[in-house]
Formats: sequence, structure tokens, C-alpha cells
Amino acid sequence: MIRDITIGQYMPGNSFLHKMDARSKIVLTFAFILAIFFCKNFWSLGLMVLLSAVLVPVSRVPVRSVLRSLRPLIFILLFTAVLNLFYTKSGNVLWSWRFLTLTDKGLYTAVFMAVRILALVAVSTLLTFTTTPTDLTDGIERLLSPLKAVKVPVHSLAMMMTLALRFIPTLIEEIDRIMSAQKARGADLETGGFVRRAKALLPILIPLFVSSFRRAYDLAFAMECRCYRGGEGRTRMRQMRFTVRDGAACGVFALVIAGVAVLNFFFKPLI
Amino acid sequence: MAVLEVQGLTHLYGAKTARETAAVQDVDLRIEPGELLGVIGHTGSGKSTLIQHFNALLTPTRGQVLLDGADVNRDKQSRREARFRVGLCFQYPEYQLFEETVYKDISFGPANMQLPKDEIDRRVRTAAAFVGLDESLLEKSPFDLSGGEKRRAAIAGVMAMEPEILVLDEPTAGLDPRGRERILDMILRYRRETGSTVVLVSHSMEDIARVATRALVMNRSRAVMQGTVGEVFARGEELLQMGLDVPASTRIFLELRQRGVPVQTDVYTAAQGVDAFLRLLGKEARA
Repeated sequence: MIRDITIGQYMPGNSFLHKMDARSKIVLTFAFILAIFFCKNFWSLGLMVLLSAVLVPVSRVPVRSVLRSLRPLIFILLFTAVLNLFYTKSGNVLWSWRFLTLTDKGLYTAVFMAVRILALVAVSTLLTFTTTPTDLTDGIERLLSPLKAVKVPVHSLAMMMTLALRFIPTLIEEIDRIMSAQKARGADLETGGFVRRAKALLPILIPLFVSSFRRAYDLAFAMECRCYRGGEGRTRMRQMRFTVRDGAACGVFALVIAGVAVLNFFFKPLI
Repeated sequence: MAVLEVQGLTHLYGAKTARETAAVQDVDLRIEPGELLGVIGHTGSGKSTLIQHFNALLTPTRGQVLLDGADVNRDKQSRREARFRVGLCFQYPEYQLFEETVYKDISFGPANMQLPKDEIDRRVRTAAAFVGLDESLLEKSPFDLSGGEKRRAAIAGVMAMEPEILVLDEPTAGLDPRGRERILDMILRYRRETGSTVVLVSHSMEDIARVATRALVMNRSRAVMQGTVGEVFARGEELLQMGLDVPASTRIFLELRQRGVPVQTDVYTAAQGVDAFLRLLGKEARA
């Protein structure tokens, strides 16, 4: 279960999306998310879904992997769909039973919301599938760098993010190891009430915290040994470049967003 | 009768996915009561995966593990029982310490066995004595101990369960020569005084040569050799081909034989080396 976390699941590749500048990918992903919230009817939403459907083969990420990343959403999707189904009271009643009423508008809204969430998550996972965590945080750092003017420690924040991402797999491995070691000493993690189970976690959490602190200390020491002293005057091994490719991608996005505006204008809004 | 028997054990990681890899493949093994079995192999050869089946921490993909002839994976109860009958001490066990005092940490295992209080107390003190931890250290925080002391305290935590089979995964890893000696002596004394069966996983041939009675060699997830330590080291050339080390004395005799000197190569300790040399010299003097 703990292994299913998909944060930072980069898939090595050489596609158009892989080669794009991380900054433009981040900006365009946000643009996509905003645009999809501005969609007012199935026509404009359809255009956005079409765009995400095109992006998947362009990224050359296996469709199965994208679908797998959507799987954890099932619960949220069902939950919002059910709420939308029964809480929308306007429109023509299709079916009703006691306090439950189902209207055609409710049905449309439920489908609309579900499609919107799916497209949104699919595109954001494409960002993490095609961008290494390092590039991602680098990109965020560069995008936020104007905030340095108001004394926001952008570089430190980005570094913290990089380190946090880097240590997720390490910590998962560590938890696995400690759990096995305590189970070998007869620790029972599965039975008992809430209090007993919470108590049973102590033999795992304490060694985990101890080793995390040790690791953090070692890392800080190693960084200082390499004369790390923050972002001031630091150059990069890999420069980020905004290329023709990024220009083209931005152009396509601009067209799609224009399309959304036009479709919103010409067809009657659903919600 | 074997106290622990492994039959056709295969363990696959990520079964039925594209990343399916076999960590252990078709391993058969019998562990006789009272023996000290050394398990040798590279990192990633499947040693650690294999031993985690002994106390039912891992469930085999195929095959079974029998403890006194009964499958350890019968049910929840038998799995739990296996945890206590087969004491497994992981690599770098010092990272599992968590209690406020060393005493409480060592008693974690016995307390999980739901033993009476005075029995727990006896076991904690006996185990601490085995690993050479002074009584005065028992009331200290485990985090205030030195590296070697932490390691020994953690091993005591497994010994205190008084398992029939004690399994130690690389107990000497990362220790200086004196620390290694200390741990090995401690294992030998523990086995002599309690008569329990011990399984020692190591990639140090010198360690295995020194203490083990029988050895199992793992290579690329398979058990490739099994036999007495002499039998295994007599096949030193094969071990070297697998990229494994052999004890220094074995290496000398292998080299001698390659240069045409008629010697046996089942030599694995310095004392045996001396004997073999004397025999050789005596033969030559007579000739």
C-alpha cells in the first residue's frame, strides 16, 4: 500500500514532453488546470479532454501507467459523483425515491465533474512522469525566484523539496526494515483496538525518527564539507533553456485556451 | 530429524508484474539440531530473503518451510510461534533499539511472548551476560551506548527470546577486528552453553571458516553448494569463480596446487595450514 505513492515517479524517456523545459511544463500544467475550471459545457471540456488524450501518446508514457496513477481516485470520484447526483435539485426529475431525487442536470453535473477531475490528474501526473524531481524543483525555484525580492528563501525551499522527494524511497525501505525487525521480535501490528495499535507503532516510529535525524545530520555535514552555503551566487551544471519546442507547446496551449473561450461563448453553459 | 527443513523454496518479488524477479529459487535445505550453519553469498544473492522465511516473515511463492516437520505457514498461530522459535536478528540490528532503557529493550521480545515477570527478568539478565553487557548498562538509554554495545544489546534482544534456532544476518558487518572477534566468540559461547542451533549469514569467509560446522553457498538466488565447511572450501576455485572470497589459508593452498605442489585444498584455518605443511615437508624428507 505504502509503495503505491506515485509522487516523483519519473519515467525515463526521450519524447517531446521529456525534452521540454521544466518551467514551461509547470506553467502549462497550471494553465491547463485553470482552463479546465473555466470550461462551462461539454464542448469546451471535450476540447480539453482531447488535448490530454493527445498528450499521453506524445509523452510515450505507457497508457497503463497513466491509468494506474488514476486508480487511487476511484473513491474521490465516486464520492463527488454521488453528491452531485443527488444534491442537484434543478432540472427534469428522472427518478425519485423518498428523499432521493435524480435529475438529468444532476447526472450531467456528476459526469462533468468526474471527467474534469480525471483530465486534471492525468495531465499533472504526466508532468511528474516526464520531469525528473530535480528538474521539477529547479523549475519551481526559477519560477518563484521573483519572490526573492520580498525575502522569500526560494532556494532553500526548493532544496528542501528536492531532499524530501529524494528521501521518500529511502524512508519507505527503512520502515519496511524496522517493521520486519520488530515483527521478528514478536511485535504484533495487526490485532487489538485503536489504542493498542497506536502503541504498537512506537517500536517502529522511534527508530525511524532516530535514524531520520541521524541521516539529516550526516547529510548536512556532507553538504557543508562540499562548501554548500545556499543559493547565493550558485551556478548550475545544467542550464534551463526555453527552446522552439517550448514556444510551439505554448502556442498550441494558447490555441486550445482560445478554443475553450469560443466554445464557452457559442454553446449554452451547463453549470 | 532436521529441526528446520526448507523444501523447494522459491520467492518472487513483484510476482505477476513486468518487474518479477526471483530472490530465491528452488532452495532445499535441512538444518540439524545443534549445528552452526554458515550461509555465504554476495549482496543480492538471496541470503536475507531466504532467512526471512525461517520465521515466516515472508511467505514462499512456492515450496514450504517446516519447523519440526510442520509447515510454519499453516495459520496465524503457527506463524507467530515461528517468530519465537526462530530468533531472527537483522543486519545492523542496532537501528531497531527504541526503548527508554537497555533492560526494557531486551525484554521487548520476551514480553511479547507473554512470559511471567520473573522469567522475563531472568532471560534479560542471561542474554545481557551472554553478549557481555555489564549490569550497570541495563538502566542506561540504548542511545547512549557505543556502537559495538548497541549491536550487542540488539542481539541480546533476540537471544532473550531463547529461540531454538538463532539466525544472525551479518552480525559483524561494519565492526572493527576486535568487535568482530567479540561477536564471534559470543556466538560460539552461546551455542556451546545453550546447545541451540545457529545460522550465521556472512560474506566474510574467515568468519564462516572460524565458527561454522556446515556451510551453504548462495549465488544468484540459488543454493549452489552445501556441505561441511571443509567440503565447501575444497571447492575454492568455484567459489572464486563466483566472485566470492576464500579464507587466506585456502588461497595459499589453491595457489600451491596450481603450481604443481601435491596438496589438499580443504584447508581453511591457519592451524590446518600448518598441519598440511608439516605433512608435506615430512613426505618430502622421507622421499
